[in-house]
Amino acid sequence: MKPLNNRAWFLVTPVLLLVAFSAVIPLMTVVNYSVQDSFGNNEFFWVGTEWFEEVLRSERFHKALMRNLTFSAIVLAIEIPLGIAIALCMPTRGPWVSVCLVLMAMPLLIPWNVVGTIWQIFGRVDIGLLGHTLAEFGIDYNYSQNVVDAWITVVMMDVWHWTSLVVLLCYSGLVAIPEMYYQAARIDGASRWAIFRAIQLPRMKRVLLIAVLLRFMDSFMIYTEPFVLTGGGPGNATTFLSIDLVQMAVGQFDIGPAAAMSLIYFLIILALSWVFYSVMTRDDDQGN
Amino acid sequence: MASIIMDSVAHRYTSKGEQMQEYALKPLNLEWVDGGAYALLGPSGCGKTTLLNIISGIIIPTEGRVLFDGENITQLPPQQRNIAQVFQFPVIYDTMTVAQNLEFPLRNRKVPLQERQQRVEEILELLELTEFADQKARNLNADSKQKISLGRGLVRTDTNAVLFDEPLTVIDPALKWQLRAQLKKAHQQVGHTMIYVTHDQTEALTFADKVVVMLEGEVLQVGTPQELFDSPAHTFVGRFIGSPGMNVLPCSVQENKAEIDGQQVLLNHDYGRPKISWELGIRPENVRLVEQHSDQSALPVSIARIDDIGRQKIVHTALGNHTVHVIVKEGTRLPARPAVLFDPGHVHLYDDAVLVSPPAATGSDH
Amino acid sequence: MRANPTSKGIRASNVPWRYIVPALYILFLMVPLYWLLNMSFKTNQEILSTFSLWPQQFTLENYLLILSDPSWYNGYINSTIYVVLNTVISLAVALPAAYAFSRYRFLGDKHLFFWLLTNRMAPPAVFVLPFFQLYSAFGLIDTHIAVALAHCLFNVPLAVWILEGSMSGIPREIDETAYIDGYSFPQFFFKLFAPLIGSGIGIAAFFCFMFSWVELLIARTLTVTEAKPIAAVMTRTVSASGVDWGVLTAAGALTIIPGAVVIYFVRNHIAKGFALGRV
Repeated sequence: MKPLNNRAWFLVTPVLLLVAFSAVIPLMTVVNYSVQDSFGNNEFFWVGTEWFEEVLRSERFHKALMRNLTFSAIVLAIEIPLGIAIALCMPTRGPWVSVCLVLMAMPLLIPWNVVGTIWQIFGRVDIGLLGHTLAEFGIDYNYSQNVVDAWITVVMMDVWHWTSLVVLLCYSGLVAIPEMYYQAARIDGASRWAIFRAIQLPRMKRVLLIAVLLRFMDSFMIYTEPFVLTGGGPGNATTFLSIDLVQMAVGQFDIGPAAAMSLIYFLIILALSWVFYSVMTRDDDQGN
Repeated sequence: MASIIMDSVAHRYTSKGEQMQEYALKPLNLEWVDGGAYALLGPSGCGKTTLLNIISGIIIPTEGRVLFDGENITQLPPQQRNIAQVFQFPVIYDTMTVAQNLEFPLRNRKVPLQERQQRVEEILELLELTEFADQKARNLNADSKQKISLGRGLVRTDTNAVLFDEPLTVIDPALKWQLRAQLKKAHQQVGHTMIYVTHDQTEALTFADKVVVMLEGEVLQVGTPQELFDSPAHTFVGRFIGSPGMNVLPCSVQENKAEIDGQQVLLNHDYGRPKISWELGIRPENVRLVEQHSDQSALPVSIARIDDIGRQKIVHTALGNHTVHVIVKEGTRLPARPAVLFDPGHVHLYDDAVLVSPPAATGSDH
Repeated sequence: MRANPTSKGIRASNVPWRYIVPALYILFLMVPLYWLLNMSFKTNQEILSTFSLWPQQFTLENYLLILSDPSWYNGYINSTIYVVLNTVISLAVALPAAYAFSRYRFLGDKHLFFWLLTNRMAPPAVFVLPFFQLYSAFGLIDTHIAVALAHCLFNVPLAVWILEGSMSGIPREIDETAYIDGYSFPQFFFKLFAPLIGSGIGIAAFFCFMFSWVELLIARTLTVTEAKPIAAVMTRTVSASGVDWGVLTAAGALTIIPGAVVIYFVRNHIAKGFALGRV
């Protein structure tokens, strides 16, 4: 058991001050805006929960939320199994391990707007390899006009961008499994699938939880990549919550509803993350 | 069940550049009799785990053959050898209950449900795990987990041998005795060949009928605990077994006399012409502490230190530049002018650390 | 003694055909990157007129333009400055906090830890406007420190979490022995403790760098010209006469280099480092 020592607060104070400065104050501003209205000139008056009601009732918000939920669901459904599969197939020792890891980590360190730009170019029919190749095969593909094409491209871009994170997490979980477990399983005559079910999956649970949480949160907050790629279009087909929010706050300067939406948005992420967390740790009666 | 024969087996690990390294296990011939309880004893890195892994099939030896009941299985993978192995740290399947863990090897071999349940129940009872049957294996303590790993080996009816790789490492000292007793009991009831790797002599000597002592990839001696104690074949065996280990003193030998730092010790046998840089081995149990001049063959010593270990004392004496341990009973008065007296029947001589067997005939034949 | 190079376990005993999965995946990752590189070595004229898998008229002009024009290369310098600032600040405040969380219980420790993590869940879009107002009020708009501080909101929780995980792996007896031996806290922390959690610090720095380098929305909002990040400068390539594809792709290719360098340095820690941090 760790010793009780309230002086440890001194060590935490810098973090507290920093985060308070960069989180609490801005959040207070948001809360402040969300319950007031203004006719300019910095004159504000109290409107209570009006903005919240408006946002929650607005079709625009519902649609953006649905788009975001759909997007996160698709992205998780592809990236998590794919990431696990790739991690399972990776070499476990030898010089190729580093090569694989380094190459796979590359997309994670590319600025998000460059990721958008890469795919924007890659998918163009006139100058992009993907668009051009598809056109050669007579496939009509245009992500800036066709809704389905736009979604496919955005999802593919996200898979390209983020699957590596899942791979690296799963891989680190896999290499942490002692060799003994595999030896015991071989002696017990376990099949490849039985080994996966009985050893690898349970032992990867912790890193998988991190992967699911991170991927859910980041896909739910996605902004820059689709903004660069499609600008939220065609129409509003790829206008996710963040894009909508920035449009509302910076573009239209509807600060009240934007603030209310911000808070609702934040709460949804917290709530869903909590759900993921408790579902995945449900039968952890003891934890280790 | 099977007898296991290792026929000139040796192993070298390959390093990065596929270059052969030193032998991890030097060429050896060994036979493991069906139903025996064996211990592989030696310090860390002596090759005992390598030897065990060769039997289980985790490692395929670079030289030699392994025979199970006369059948060459050197190249067979572990799952086809029908052996069971208990590792240093408990290996259990986290998400399964205790019963499911025991059932796992049977399910993998597609044993019918009814037989499976019956076997699992038997093993649960044998290992006294019945009350935990439906608990998650993860939540048990280390000794129960080790019993589960053992149970997964015992649950199969076709098991040839059960291998233990230092299974008590993570067990609470208070529970070690208990678990070891249960291992013994399981061995007696099931009758499998059991091979137990350890670096702890107490574990080895209490568990096994026969102990294989290893050092630096070589088997030094195979024998019953009594044999290892009474006539160590190698100075290392003498030092390693016993607490404290055998006294090993450099000496020179001529006929029936050994000379240690200028002092003479009478031997039971005649070794003929002078030998230099041999060693004399005598167990602390076979040394008596007496008054000087009470016996003409007693060697005068000085007492350096006394360790009281309960019912006995270990007396550290200095014989010239060498330390001789003597075990004396509690309550014995120490002599004022001490000397040590070796029991000639228990004196062993070693040439280059290997036991010299005494010449067949006594007396002088040349 | 337990590691045995000849037995590769279940994972590697299968035929190597399974390597085709990571190989195909890496191919999928590399093709768009190759396309970016390919275009960056072409002239605009070539990009628009002919479609080719490699540059027909290889040119370095696009790169030369970026490296000779201050308004371009200052973008890189600005990005680097605030990324480094952010990494230093994040680690400086996260190290003591992580130590406190891993070694002591104190009033409200669990709540505080959880609250810190919730900040990682805050969408950057939510903070765009309030950040702008906050930093305007302090006169910090268009400074490197503003971006560095703003990114701390997302990086500090992550750094605390990773560092706490790796510190908890070091037995507490080490601390106690050091104090008994007469080390003061700072001496102990920097001389003994920091080297022990080296890979944890490395991975935390890696994540701070990573997020700060790739983020654009907040960085763009808080800067005008003086501290403008390279990612934002890239929008300059769009003009009335169309997009300057050659320069755009060259600039994009150059933004990949710092990341690649950083990955190269932490390559041996990637596998283990990602498993750090408790859940």
